[in-house]
Amino acid sequence: MPERHQNAAPRLNDFTVKFANVNGSGSASANALVMKAIFRMGVPVVGKNFFPSNIQGLPTWYEIRVTREGWRARAGHVDVMVAMNAETYARDVREVAPGGCLLYDSTWPRSSLLAREDIRTFGVPFAELCNQHFEGARARTLMKNIMYAGTLAALIDLDLEVIRGLLAETFAKKPALVDSNMKAIEIGYRHAKEHFDCPLPTRIERMDATRGHVIIDGNTAAALGCVYAGATVGAWYPITPSTSLMDAFRSFCARHRTDPQTGRRDYVVVQAEDELAAIGVVIGAMWNGARAFTPTSGPGISLMQEFIGLAYYSEVPAVIFDVQRVGPSTGMPTRTQQCDLLSCAYASHGDTRHVLLFPDSPEECFTMAVQAFDLAERLQTPVFVLLDLDIGMNDWMVPDFRWDDGYRPDRGKVLSREQVEALPKFQRYMDPDGDGIPYRTLPGVSPKASYFTRGSGHNKYGTYTEDSAEYQEVLDRLARKFETAKKLVPPAVADGRGSAVAIVSIGSCDGPVREALAQLRRSGLAIDYLRVRGFPFGAEVEEFLASHPTVFVVEQNRDAQLRALLTLETGADKQKLRSILHYDGLPMAAACIVEGVNRALDRGVAA
Amino acid sequence: MSYIAKPKVANPGLPRNELGLNRRDYEGGMSTLCAGCGHDSVTAAIVQACFELALPPQSVVKLSGIGCSSKTTAYFVAGGHGFNSVHGRMPSVATGANAANRHLRYIGVSGDGDSLSIGVGQLAHAIRRNLDIVYILENNGVYGLTKGQFSASADVGSKSKKGVANEDQPIDPVLLALALGASFVARSFSGDKEQLVPLIKAGLAHRGFAMIDVLSPCVTFNDHEGSTKSYAYVREHSEAPVAADYIAPRQEIRVQYRPGETVQVPMHDGSQVVLRKLDPGYEPTDRARAAAYVQERALRNEYVTGLIFVDETRGDFHDRQSTSEQALNAVSYERLCPGEGRLAKILQAFR
Repeated sequence: MPERHQNAAPRLNDFTVKFANVNGSGSASANALVMKAIFRMGVPVVGKNFFPSNIQGLPTWYEIRVTREGWRARAGHVDVMVAMNAETYARDVREVAPGGCLLYDSTWPRSSLLAREDIRTFGVPFAELCNQHFEGARARTLMKNIMYAGTLAALIDLDLEVIRGLLAETFAKKPALVDSNMKAIEIGYRHAKEHFDCPLPTRIERMDATRGHVIIDGNTAAALGCVYAGATVGAWYPITPSTSLMDAFRSFCARHRTDPQTGRRDYVVVQAEDELAAIGVVIGAMWNGARAFTPTSGPGISLMQEFIGLAYYSEVPAVIFDVQRVGPSTGMPTRTQQCDLLSCAYASHGDTRHVLLFPDSPEECFTMAVQAFDLAERLQTPVFVLLDLDIGMNDWMVPDFRWDDGYRPDRGKVLSREQVEALPKFQRYMDPDGDGIPYRTLPGVSPKASYFTRGSGHNKYGTYTEDSAEYQEVLDRLARKFETAKKLVPPAVADGRGSAVAIVSIGSCDGPVREALAQLRRSGLAIDYLRVRGFPFGAEVEEFLASHPTVFVVEQNRDAQLRALLTLETGADKQKLRSILHYDGLPMAAACIVEGVNRALDRGVAA
Repeated sequence: MSYIAKPKVANPGLPRNELGLNRRDYEGGMSTLCAGCGHDSVTAAIVQACFELALPPQSVVKLSGIGCSSKTTAYFVAGGHGFNSVHGRMPSVATGANAANRHLRYIGVSGDGDSLSIGVGQLAHAIRRNLDIVYILENNGVYGLTKGQFSASADVGSKSKKGVANEDQPIDPVLLALALGASFVARSFSGDKEQLVPLIKAGLAHRGFAMIDVLSPCVTFNDHEGSTKSYAYVREHSEAPVAADYIAPRQEIRVQYRPGETVQVPMHDGSQVVLRKLDPGYEPTDRARAAAYVQERALRNEYVTGLIFVDETRGDFHDRQSTSEQALNAVSYERLCPGEGRLAKILQAFR
């Protein structure tokens, strides 16, 4: 006899499903299947993975936010919990929002103490059903995951044909697996139909809001950007959460940069012995005229400091992707934060300042990867692209990337053989154009092009010096070059103008900030928003800060690093910059911003 | 690194090479090292080798780390780009540079501090990758710029200038390179140009990592009685089991060798290295026996010099990477970018 619904409000295309699993059990593909199915039914989704720093056996969660309005942040609450991990069952039950529901494996009885009156609970004997229908321990574990996807499909009304299509694509080369997976889906689906009143009021209804979009993570997008930028040398030391960037670069290159006849490759990937070597390889390659990059995370940035100073002072381009994770030290390697802003901005000893780019999503990871190479070569300096784990490793629905075939890389001021031979004498560190950027040459071009690259004191001719005035002249020109950078980095983007109150934010905060802005504006608050996209800050940042009496700086670290940078590098009054900080390692949700603003402004408005 | 421009006055009678350049065209800035420093002799040997090979100066890339030895890249082949990087990290810069353009000649100059302490990790991994580079390790057992501390190559019992004996085990770059699979391992002495110049030429002809450990005495801090890296000690305690002759491509081998007396190694660029056995039992193509030989002699306080091991058949870094023949820095952007057309197809996989 099917259970009857209580009077729950319908939640069409606006809810969050969370899967509680054990890592290494194959649940990721089942969860991805559900998300892709929703996406293919035209409904916007946000996928967030909460995984342990571990290979197998520890708790892991995957969250799918279904959002008809196309919000990009996590919701901050759970409507449907698929509780497949006995170890975390108690906390998973607690996490379900009142009125929500919970699906669990009822093969084994659950303690009645864990029951909740305010949610609906659906028990399906997944393990038992798998034992009946499948042979072998491995198959039974895997099929249990696929089976809950089938049950969920019935509960939230997913189209089985869409699921079948996805399975057929995934297992295009192994048709037998399509059948066995589909069998598991159908068993779970039928069981739900027979025992529960399907679908739930919380369910999917076809829309047409995902056309022209992809689901992609930022690391993959950045890797694709590197391919399109014409990068040929990648060097790295494996570190979570940046590893998949190089994996993706390698696989794109295997496909698009390998001669099908000869197998010869137009790229080199060096798995270095450590991050020090990885950045050394990048510096050597870019010094010698190839576009090169290294993906890393906070600990890698720490290790690269000395080399970064060399590249800054000797003016060698380099591109560094820092996929930020929770620090300090080893921290929580599989959790997200924006905690390397200061360590990248001023990386290395001595007077050093660096160009930083802050993508807000995989879409900007793609475009900014290309810009990073152009800027690095134009400015002859290291450029950092600061992703975070949330952008780098989570699944984002973003508009299709666009590419203009008219694009040509900006290789900067590199003299050709003809140009250098026409000169009376080539001198490396002059400033003939007054923009602080000198001309350089590549090895092998001409004996007249040669110069000596050094991290020791040098004068504008490139020769060693210990002369105070000569040293200072070069250092001052580097400062002028940084001024030039202000006009070249991507400008900040503003939303709204003329309000007294504003939010300034960065990177992956954009999703939650935009959702918070909508809520705050609905509640009657006039509020503007500026998202900085590059460092050094351009004039538009200065102007925005100057024209807003109250500015909330929203960021994901404890020490208000963006606020510190704004304080150091603009004329903004420190007192008017108020922090809203989120640094627990989980992606941000809008609620903390809405609450933060309301509390600070003493508004008695419910979030 | 100090730099003083050297006056460019060449004797018109100086011999010229195939490019019409004379030896002075391969020199660099004036050395600021101490008078009598072994490193200056090594610099002179590099100049001689590049001149004799008639390398276009711009085809030579000079890389170094930090230290007295690392300064010397400014003192030879002024027409080639030089890169004085950070302490102990030259191998990674060289790896990147070589990745970008496989067609230049890479000469790395380092010292025992730069290579065996702070940089031992990078050295080890450049050897493992079989990077195509001549790696000249100017070995004097001492830190000169910081005034006389022991380096990691100082022998047990070797005394500092102040009379303190080193008690830590030395790292022998030759044994290290042999153990890590280097395809060209040599040792020489800065005072033996006749031996050193052909070794550098052979190293430049070799495709892969050519380690040349050059005992190069520090006249200021490590040339005293009790040191095992002094001119006097090295002269008395060196022994070469083979002598290497470099035979340029198309050059005729004029000397008659008796069978079994020589090993001829054809190099990738068409040149040959002829190894004359001075010790009839020595086998310069047998890694394990070469290592055993070096170790046995070390126990008798002898330095084995010469081309100790060579294997021209091992693939280098680019062979293993299957890199295109064209230098990566010269591949056209049009070939590198999949373009708008293929982007749609790539994105299709993400729906």
